[in-house]
Amino acid sequence: MTGNLQEVSRPHADLGVDPRLRKDQRSESLSAPARRRLAGFGRTLRNNGFRIGLAETRDALTILTSPAAIQPALIRPALRALFCATHSDWDRFNEIFDAFWLGRNMRQRQVLSGTASAPHSPARRLVEAHVPQEALGLPDHAERRSDSNAEMPADGRGRREGASRTESLTATDLRHIVDPDDIAATHALASRLARIMRVRLVRREQIRRRGRRLDLRHTIHRNISHGGTLLDLAWRRRKIKPLRLVVLLDASGSMNLYTAFFVRFLHGVVDAFREAEAFVFHTRLAHVSPSLRDRDVTRAVEKLSLMAQGIGGGTRIGESLATFNRWHARRVINSRTAVMIVSDGYDTGEPSKLGEEMRRLRRRCKRIIWLNPLIGWRDYSPQARGMQAALPYVDLFAPAHNLASLAALEPYLVRIL
Amino acid sequence: MTLKREEIADKLAAVGYVADHDIATALWLMGLLKRPLLLEGEAGVGKTEVGKALAAVHGAELIRLQCYEGLDQNAALYEWNYQRQLLAIKARESIGENADTIEEHIFSEKFLLERPLLAAIRRDRPPVLLIDEVDRADEEFEAFLLELLSDFQVSIPELGTIKATAIPCVVLTSNGTRELSDALRRRCLYHYIDFPDVDREAKIILTRVPGIDATLASQIARMVAAVRKEDLRKVPGVAETLDWAATLFGLEMHDLRQEPEALYETMICLLKTQEDRARVTRELSERLLGKVA
Repeated sequence: MTGNLQEVSRPHADLGVDPRLRKDQRSESLSAPARRRLAGFGRTLRNNGFRIGLAETRDALTILTSPAAIQPALIRPALRALFCATHSDWDRFNEIFDAFWLGRNMRQRQVLSGTASAPHSPARRLVEAHVPQEALGLPDHAERRSDSNAEMPADGRGRREGASRTESLTATDLRHIVDPDDIAATHALASRLARIMRVRLVRREQIRRRGRRLDLRHTIHRNISHGGTLLDLAWRRRKIKPLRLVVLLDASGSMNLYTAFFVRFLHGVVDAFREAEAFVFHTRLAHVSPSLRDRDVTRAVEKLSLMAQGIGGGTRIGESLATFNRWHARRVINSRTAVMIVSDGYDTGEPSKLGEEMRRLRRRCKRIIWLNPLIGWRDYSPQARGMQAALPYVDLFAPAHNLASLAALEPYLVRIL
Repeated sequence: MTLKREEIADKLAAVGYVADHDIATALWLMGLLKRPLLLEGEAGVGKTEVGKALAAVHGAELIRLQCYEGLDQNAALYEWNYQRQLLAIKARESIGENADTIEEHIFSEKFLLERPLLAAIRRDRPPVLLIDEVDRADEEFEAFLLELLSDFQVSIPELGTIKATAIPCVVLTSNGTRELSDALRRRCLYHYIDFPDVDREAKIILTRVPGIDATLASQIARMVAAVRKEDLRKVPGVAETLDWAATLFGLEMHDLRQEPEALYETMICLLKTQEDRARVTRELSERLLGKVA
């Protein structure tokens, strides 16, 4: 405990507050540098995804200048209660607090850049200005060069084909899109597709809501003031709970070529559904919805690509699902949840384990959709043993190798809404 | 209503709430910053208890609003007493009063039914308002709640605006069945309550099941902690622990190893689904017992 006291005593020194001062002296004693330091702490937290406004910073000052701030041990829990808003904030706060005030190293994953990082040539940056969707995966690393035509001989797709070019893009297997312009166009398409799906889904919901019935009980209540004459009618409309979508995206090496596009698609979809959660897995599972909710698309995708970076090695779908079932399912799944798994089904773990976890998942949720990019390959049949084990529990097993196949999902999603 | 942090910690202990390490700080901040407190945590970790304990600490009235899907302003804020209004209309019509007078009469405070939210802002002494499981209410209700929590006034169309006579201490709890809005989260202080560690749980058992052996209490706490580590569908909360402790105490057990069979039988207090029951077999329960006792 004493050690703990010492640990947190330094923020005090940093803030320039002398604990020995009386209250009236202390409120003025929070020096300008100390205020700046506190503001810096707020900024650090904001960079880490905390939602902190002016009101919170002001309240932090109130705490630090209050007579009780005499106890250094109080500062950390007090600021924690003030600055945190979610469970993940709560879990990460101490680490960030230590890193900022005590100069301890944070684990690498906390250090997320808020801006585009790598210094590019001006020409490259110009491209990004139009195409801010830098995603992960190999295709993005293709540099745009003036002689790219020469390097990549004609493969049947001209570079300036207008409308028809878009069409051909939706049908092209995502693996084969390597030209930076095409990648950009594909990303834009993926986002738009997700947006279109949102618009249509929302419209369906509203049409259904138009069906109204007279609510007698409320009508009578409401018209008591008219001496029982029914002037003001009360209507009942059917309330529709929105479908909740949980997406588990395989980001392993074998999926490498597709991941970039799915991340874009995910961002759009998570944005579209009022209740959506996204997870990324390779050898372990990471909850990524908070990053995807970032309004800045580039930053969201950048954050995600950091998290999705596989450590190499295989995919442990079974174990990732087990983690999901054990730690997340209770929170994110209700009876109106569709789970969408995007994976090629190459599991290096035990197939029986995958089957078992799929069975558990099946019991919890309404639908399981499995998107497999390999289905688009000619002559593919789900031979992988993991895939075999999982199939009995899957409601929809669909290809996802190009944008057209993603678009084809929409009617299905609407049906189960 | 502003107590010092130590006073809160002491009083929490005095009213029998075995506090989580930092909860006293959070409760103290509520007074200092006049913000509501949002409590999150697994079901059964004692979130609601915090509200009750806070009321006891301040010696204040506890007003509780249980949220559910479809909760609307009529159930949460106010409702007119229709039956009385109808009677009043008939009675006054028969003595020949005109419509305006009747209307004025039946929309007076006399006919207003207070619901928890209105009650909370109309007390002379600030009460503790416990808004339980706010995540179960609809988003519309959450938005309305946010407005109430920032202005502490309510406007009733027929009656006018009612301002708070005393600002209540507001505690909100959430189980995370639905993501709460950023606005509400930002308005609140936040505290995450975890399952208590073994020592704290043993202390809770000792406080809540008077007369129980200290050794048994600590064995129970360790056993429950071990059970929680198993892959269960519904992880037992503190309430379940207390049920189990009371059961074992009622069976006059002094040591868990005393009757392994009874131990296994009474574990229905902890395991509430058939699946979990099947998972914790006799062998497993004996193995866990071997580790903890």
